[in-house]
Amino acid sequence: MQKRTWLMAAAMLASVAPSAAQTIYPLNRAEILEGSRFDFKVEFPNAPTSADVKVTINGKPVNEAFGREAQFVQNEEGQKHSALWLRGAQLPAGQYAIEATQGSEKATVNWTVYATEARKAKNVILFVGDGLSVAHRTAARILSKGWEQGLYGGELAIDDMPNMALISTSGTDSIVTDSANSASAYTTGHKSCVNALGIYCAKNALTLDHPKVETISEVIKRKRAGMAIGVVTNSEIEDATPAAMVAHTRRRSDFNDIVKMFFDVQPDVIMGGGSPNFLPKSTPGTKRTDDLDFIAKFKEAGYALATTKTEMNAAVAGGSKKLLGLYNTSNIDGAFDLRLAKKGSISKFPDQPDVVEQTKAALEMLKGAQDGFFLMVESARIDKYSHSLDWERAVFDTIMLDNAVKAAKDFAGDRNDTLIIVVPDHAHPISIIGTYDDDRPGQLLRDKLGTYNESLPPNYGPRDADGYPTKLDTSRRLAVAFGSYPDTCDTGRPYLDGERVPAVKGPDGKTNIANEKDCTGPLATRKQGNLPFDANSGVHAADDVLLTAMGPGAERFRGHKPNTFVFRVMAEALALGGK
Amino acid sequence: MISHRPHLLPTLSRRGLLTGLAALPVSLRAFAAEAETLTFDGLYKSFGVLGFQFSDRATFLRGKPVRMLGYMAPPLKPESHFFVLTREPLAICPFCQSDADWPVDIVVVFMRAATPMVSAGQKVAVSGRLEIGSATDAETGFVSQIRLVDAGFHSV
Ligand SMILES: [Zn+2]
Repeated sequence: MQKRTWLMAAAMLASVAPSAAQTIYPLNRAEILEGSRFDFKVEFPNAPTSADVKVTINGKPVNEAFGREAQFVQNEEGQKHSALWLRGAQLPAGQYAIEATQGSEKATVNWTVYATEARKAKNVILFVGDGLSVAHRTAARILSKGWEQGLYGGELAIDDMPNMALISTSGTDSIVTDSANSASAYTTGHKSCVNALGIYCAKNALTLDHPKVETISEVIKRKRAGMAIGVVTNSEIEDATPAAMVAHTRRRSDFNDIVKMFFDVQPDVIMGGGSPNFLPKSTPGTKRTDDLDFIAKFKEAGYALATTKTEMNAAVAGGSKKLLGLYNTSNIDGAFDLRLAKKGSISKFPDQPDVVEQTKAALEMLKGAQDGFFLMVESARIDKYSHSLDWERAVFDTIMLDNAVKAAKDFAGDRNDTLIIVVPDHAHPISIIGTYDDDRPGQLLRDKLGTYNESLPPNYGPRDADGYPTKLDTSRRLAVAFGSYPDTCDTGRPYLDGERVPAVKGPDGKTNIANEKDCTGPLATRKQGNLPFDANSGVHAADDVLLTAMGPGAERFRGHKPNTFVFRVMAEALALGGK
Repeated sequence: MISHRPHLLPTLSRRGLLTGLAALPVSLRAFAAEAETLTFDGLYKSFGVLGFQFSDRATFLRGKPVRMLGYMAPPLKPESHFFVLTREPLAICPFCQSDADWPVDIVVVFMRAATPMVSAGQKVAVSGRLEIGSATDAETGFVSQIRLVDAGFHSV
């Protein structure tokens, strides 16, 4: 989210004068899976000729090191730089020093190309909790397991896993990242920049022309004929995290191109929202700008199509092994709306599966794959609801993620051949600071806040069989604070009439102001924002996130790691290294 | 959460087509009086994953003058021939959180003359001739399914 940030980032990239030194892609300290494909590019400022520059890899000329001929482009795209390109490069394991010399300027980067040993896991299931922060997790445990005298009534499925690591999520351009860049680190093992998927952010003007790095789906499809791939989300399928499985673009909003990339890679199971980008432009409701009919194309390629939960279950029961499931034109509704509030788009799409049902269906279809499977499951709206400061919806979707992980753990059982990883892609600044108690004296929301020993436990309604509380608008509620917000009004209560809208555009059309809808009522409190005036929702945080894992290969997770390490562990568990 | 327009739009201009029409001395109020009112809720009879079906009323009103209430999406230029009409103000549209682009049930408005835009989020009444069916704007590549053309608007 936060398009403003990406556009600014893109604009800055475009306007910055050629940097003093030449830039080598992949960037310094890249860790590259042996035999995976990447585009090698060196950019030289001030558009020199090929005679003016020299590039070596461990002292050898580029052509010799890669065994293929690199292309030199002077004045690339008419810009004031030249470029040396070698698309689809591969290298054997080892340490590499790359030197690019231009006149008296020398730039050096170092890469590690790592091999993988014997295969440890037949299957890998990667759960991404988008925006999942520690407080979401704590709140999910309180809501779904209960709390009494300092102890929880039980552990979440995501808690009860033997391995854990603290993960940092930064990108190449920013300490605080977005979901495209961070998901891309998991699916490629390379750091990238805000708004980008499966590429390094170079000077190319066209979003699809930047130097690419191979995704785990592409490596598997290229090397493992018998292995299946699944991509499951409750966002639009073209959105950042699922797109990271297949996409190479500098701009995550290239939805129509991303649909084509899904078709090119052909993951076996594809489920989410976002159908309009599959429909030819002649169909009312489409968002395509061409005549391509990707519903028809996937059907021709042997996919069953499901547009409802009923159709999804029928496809599973009918033995489908390839499924395109599109259940909403936009995002699939979150657990809070599916179960309690019935707002969002429930009236338009009454038969949508939740992430748990999608996960179970995907496992059913993938588990027969002869050489195992790789499944990515995203609970996407933890992030989206945190942007709108609607913590109850975010926490319901955390419980939903946990139930999906439980389904995967049930599948993995005692088979000891399935690596399960649960990881957020970045954090939101969110914390639990006590409880609001309507019985406390005073008229203001802050009068109702009990802190420390004055915070009585919440009295949410009884939990249903899936661990969701059945009543949230009770007299004692968690007090949850966000660290980043626009001008807004806080009610201290759940938003039963639909997702919270913290701010709206003001009269000048630029500044965002509090949404007056939330500014009246018994406890409504006006809060002056701490974000720039053009922000209308919360922003991501740089805080590290918690990864938990189990199964063969999971023992590699300990201490603190960069997000790219998640790719490495999965590639090692599946032994994806080598030609 | 949408704070910017999709990249498709910026160069839009229908000057060539509309110069002639701009001269027509049609009073907006008179035009509005004879126009049938169409609502966002009344545009489609089915709203599905695989596309929409226009309502019988929308189909019946095709080519006829209609009046619609909606919100002006944040305009690209202070004065334009073109804007996007949405069911909800975009900044507070619950369906607008996907980063990529518009809600699916937008109506594109082509005015009979370049007109000063009002500030984003302003509720407007638009009167124009209803066009339905896929059309691609030659200059921008912007694809629309439902349009009000030869239109005018006023704030409400
Ligand atoms: Zn986000």
